[in-house]
This record gives sequence, C-alpha cells and structure tokens, in this order.
Amino acid sequence: MEFNAITLAFIVFSLVTLGGGIGVVTCINLFRGTIWLMVSLFGMAGLFILLSAPFLAAVQVLVYIGAIAILFTFAVMLTRSITHLPVRFTRLWANAFAAGAFFVLLVAGVIYPVWVVNDAVHFPVSDVTRTTADLGVALVSGNGFVLPFEVASLLLTAAMIGAIVIARDVDDEL
Amino acid sequence: MDCPGLCEALVQGGANPGLAQFLSLFVGVVLVSGIPLVTVIVLILVERKVAARIQDRIGPNRVGPFGSLQTFADLLKLLTKEDITPTAADRLLYNAAPLVSFASVVLIWAVIPYTPYHFGADLEIGALYFVAVASLGTLAIMTAGWASNNKYALLGAFRVVALLVSYEIPLVFALMVPIMLAGTLNMLDIIYAQSSMWFVFMAPLAMLLFAISSQAETGRAPFDLIEAESELVAGFNIEYSGMKFGMFFAAEFMHVFTNAILLTIFFFGGWLGPLWNEPLIAFAWLGLKASLIYFVFLWVRNTVPRLRIDQVMRFNWFFLVPVSIGNLLLTALLLKLMQELGLAPRVLQTATLGEVLPMTLVLLLANLGIIALILGRLRTTGRSERLATGGGAGSMAVAAGD
Amino acid sequence: MIPLWMYLVVAAALFCIGMFGVLARRNGVGVLMSVELMLSAVNLNIVAFWRYSTPENTTGMVFAAFLFVVAAAEAAVGLAIIISVYRNRHSVIPEEADTLKG
Repeated sequence: MEFNAITLAFIVFSLVTLGGGIGVVTCINLFRGTIWLMVSLFGMAGLFILLSAPFLAAVQVLVYIGAIAILFTFAVMLTRSITHLPVRFTRLWANAFAAGAFFVLLVAGVIYPVWVVNDAVHFPVSDVTRTTADLGVALVSGNGFVLPFEVASLLLTAAMIGAIVIARDVDDEL
Repeated sequence: MDCPGLCEALVQGGANPGLAQFLSLFVGVVLVSGIPLVTVIVLILVERKVAARIQDRIGPNRVGPFGSLQTFADLLKLLTKEDITPTAADRLLYNAAPLVSFASVVLIWAVIPYTPYHFGADLEIGALYFVAVASLGTLAIMTAGWASNNKYALLGAFRVVALLVSYEIPLVFALMVPIMLAGTLNMLDIIYAQSSMWFVFMAPLAMLLFAISSQAETGRAPFDLIEAESELVAGFNIEYSGMKFGMFFAAEFMHVFTNAILLTIFFFGGWLGPLWNEPLIAFAWLGLKASLIYFVFLWVRNTVPRLRIDQVMRFNWFFLVPVSIGNLLLTALLLKLMQELGLAPRVLQTATLGEVLPMTLVLLLANLGIIALILGRLRTTGRSERLATGGGAGSMAVAAGD
Repeated sequence: MIPLWMYLVVAAALFCIGMFGVLARRNGVGVLMSVELMLSAVNLNIVAFWRYSTPENTTGMVFAAFLFVVAAAEAAVGLAIIISVYRNRHSVIPEEADTLKG
C-alpha cells in the first residue's frame, strides 16, 4: 500500500471518526458530547466519500448534523439539570475490559478470517460503482426496493407520531 | 490523476507532479473561498445603501467617495475592539461557533458553477451537498447560544433553531421541483437543463417557496427572530464582540447573496443568457441575475415588519409545508403524465424550445391554478377572521393578543 | 487503494467505543449517542463491503440508506422516551427507571 493522498485522507478521516467517538463516551459535559458525535459522524461522511458513495456522505451530514444533532442538543438542554452527573460511568473497568476484549476479537476476526474458505476480498473487484441515479431508480422500481422503501416511510411516520405522543406533556390539552 | 491548467504548467516548469497537483488544488480552494469573502465587503455597503434609500435616508457617505470605504472602516473598528469571552462560557465551543457558521456558508460556494468552465467541484450530488452543508449553520447557532452561558443567548438560539429546522422542510421540497425537472442533482446539469426554458416558467410556485424559505433560513425580516432587538437584546450572538461577532454578521450577509445565486441557478438558468459560451459573459449573467434577486431580498427585508415566533411557525407548518408538498406531488404527476403521453422530453438538457413548450404551458397553468386557489382561500379565511375579531384597523391589536 | 480490512478495523473500533458507551455511561442521552455510534459503525461496514465486493449492485447503498432511516427513528423515539422519563422521575439514569408504574 503506497502512501498517497487517499491514504492520508483515510487516516485523517479515521482519526476524526474514532477521536469523536472517544469524545462522545468520555465527555462529562453532554453538550460537548453531542458536538463530538457530530465530529465523529462528519469523519464517517469523509470515509463514505472515499468509498465512492457521495450520496450517502451527503445524507449522513444532512440527517445527522441537520436533524439528529439538533434533536440531541434539545434533549440535553431539556434535561439540563443533569448535564454534569457526579458519576460519569457505571462499572467503568469491567465495561472497558468487555469493550476492549470484543474489539480484539473483532480485529482478530477481520485480519485472520478463519471462517472464510476462499481468499478474503482485500481490494475492490471493480472501479465501476453504481451511481446516485441508480440508487434512486432502485428505491422506487418494482423489481427493486419499493416495498422496503414504503415500509421505511411508514416507520418514520410511526416514529414521528410515537415521539410526539411520548414526549407530550400529560397535562397538555390537544 | 489528470492535472490540467496551472498544474500542467507547474509540471512543465520542473515541479514535482504531486506538489504541482497540491499547489494547483490549493490555489483553487483559496480562489473559491476567496470569492465570497471579497463579495461580502461589497454586499455590506450595497445593503446599507439600499436600506437607506428604502427608508428615505442617505446611508453611509463619510468614508471615501459615496461612503464606499465604510465597510473597511467598520472592519478596522471590529478588529480593534476588545475581544471578550465571558468567564463562564465554554471557551472552545464559544470560539468555534463563529467559524462553523462562517464555514457553512463558504462551503456552499464550492459547488456553485460560476461559468460553464469554472467551478470549485463538479459534484454528482451538488444540490444535496448544498442542503447538507447549510444545515451546519443551525448547529453553529445552537452552539453559540449554549456556549455563551447567557439565558438570552440560549433563548435566542432555541427560537432560531426552531425556525431554521422548520423552514428547511419547504426549502427542500421546493428544491425537489427543479431537481425533478432536470433529473439530476448536479448543478451544471441543472443549469444545462434550462438551456431552452428557465425553470421559473415551469415552477413559479416552487421558486416563490424557495425564495421565502431561504429568506427565513438567513433570518432576515420578516423572519428576523434571530436578532429581535426589542425582545432578545440581540439574540444568540449577544455575548459576541469584535471580529467574532463580525464573522456571524458576514456569514449572514454572505448567506443572503448565496441564496440569491442558488435561486438563480435553480430557477433562472444560472449563467445562461446570450453568448454564455464566453466565460466572462457567463459570469456577468450569473452576477447580474443574482444581484437583481439580491435586490428583491433587500426590498422585502426593508419593507415587511417582523412576525412573532408563533406566527412564523404557523405560517410554515400550516401554509408553506402543505403547499410545497402539494406542489411537488402535482408537478411530479403532471410531469410523468406528459412524459408518458410524449408531450414532454425525458432529457431536458438536449431538448429544443419547441419540445419543452407544451410542458411549460401545462406546468405554468397548474402552478397558476394552485396560486389562485391559495389566494382565494386566504381571501375567505382573512375575511372570516376580520369579521370574527370585529374588523377594521383595530383588529390588528386583537389578533396580536390571541 | 486502502485494503478492506482497514475499513473493517475502523468500524470495529468505533463499534466497540460505542459499545463501551452504551454499557458504561450513566446518562441516558449519552447511551443513545453511543447507540448512534454503533449504528454508524455498522453502516461503515455495510458500505465498505458493498464497495469491495459487489459495487455493481445497488443493494449495499440501499441497505445503508435504510440504516439512516432506522437511526433517525431510533433517535426520535429514544429521546422522546428519555424526556418523558425525565419529566416523571427527574432522572436520566437508565438504572433508576426501574418501576413499571410511573
């Protein structure tokens, strides 16, 4: 693997993603945690671009930073008195050990794929990828994913209604 | 990788190909992000002059001929002012927020095609990129309001974020119409699709919706709840001073002009016009159209009074959102129907005027029909509200009290 | 090009960071954020596998797009539940929400 601009970009985006992730789980202040989450997901968008999926990268930024981040900041502020909990973690070391052990297991599985009989894919099979237009057609074509697409929109509607019903003040009159 | 233009010249001059590519990309990035920065200096002066004329004043006229150096004087003042950070503020986020706000606008310019041959990046998903990047600004405002550790700032930020998140919905729904007509998210292809007919004639309603919601996105009157001086002291940026305030200020001005350019690209054919093959003329066309739209934005800003937060929200959820969804559905239906009947070309980029004329007429009539329907409905509801509240000029006070 | 396993390692690391957050964080909102991290790590895996094995299909991209939908729905409902719990019990610590009757 030679060192070039793409490798550099990959390293930077990976570090941003992982650093943001560590920020999310270690930050005392939850508002900062939200910002770290955004940093992490922004790095993820960069990785998507490297994987030649620019549409997913743009949707990642739009959905996470435009919608979910705002949702989280509102939730953090609505539950403001507990932004600084005295104790951040429960069973810190046991959980850290569990996560670390799981990571070692996953990496071992990734690097030595014992269950793969033939050679694992290390490099892209082709440089030709499907484009955004193909994705759009696939989502609404009868032979493609039109049913999951409709189910997903139903899920979103249900989530929206559910969220409103749950979060609404009980004393509120509609 | 290919390496045209400046990069090629550098390589021929004996530079390392990698370095040459990096340098030429760097120059490109600086140029693309430099254009909005230079534009904003002019914009501030234009805005103040136009606002002054509309309000029957003269405007800045002391520094330089016709006050043309006023912006530089203001810039110097902002730079030399004391840069205050409140002691209880979250220093990192407090300082980062103006940068993010500024960046969210400058980043949009990366996909704007200035001429057929000059653009920052020719992204396959240009229009979606614009929506995604613009949403960064919302986060910046929230961060600024929270990090200032001031209740007025936080309240201001809450209101602004509620406003921005809500108005993003009609904005995107309106944006879907030109995207659907052009059949692509690429900015250049959207412009080429208008080579025989501008989209404003096919979708005037979408144009209006886009203009209104982008005016709201920038937080300009009648939606200027961002800095409702009389209620919120100055809104989310109350604690900011010096150049950090200046960055929020410049970001707002730039955002308005950026919206004017985007409106030009999506609905008024971008740089299309006679002789658009010449880069300079194409650039002039884009600038001219965007400036005219910018003037209309200023006109609206200085003419219409500020709305209350509940009025703004109701206007969005009970008016803009349903209308934009209905408009999108109707346009999609008509477009598909006409394509199946062979009345409309499937690829607009190569269609001639004769081919697009029938679909333009049908879509225009449909749009006018919706507008007439809306106006009729507003007339009846307006009348019944006036009757219910006693009518006449006194009803304003009653309506404001409910 | 970057070999596939590097993407998988990044995804695995992010997943484990998220898992640690879910297990260890006391604040409910923090737990939800960690869940978002885990979902996003899964998404990276899906897109990486799509790019490296079947880029001629749209399935991988479609799957990733649906994961966005799930993540958004999860955030909306999860935060609504947390706000509701906070309103009733004045606590966002998941362990303390242990009664069935509010």
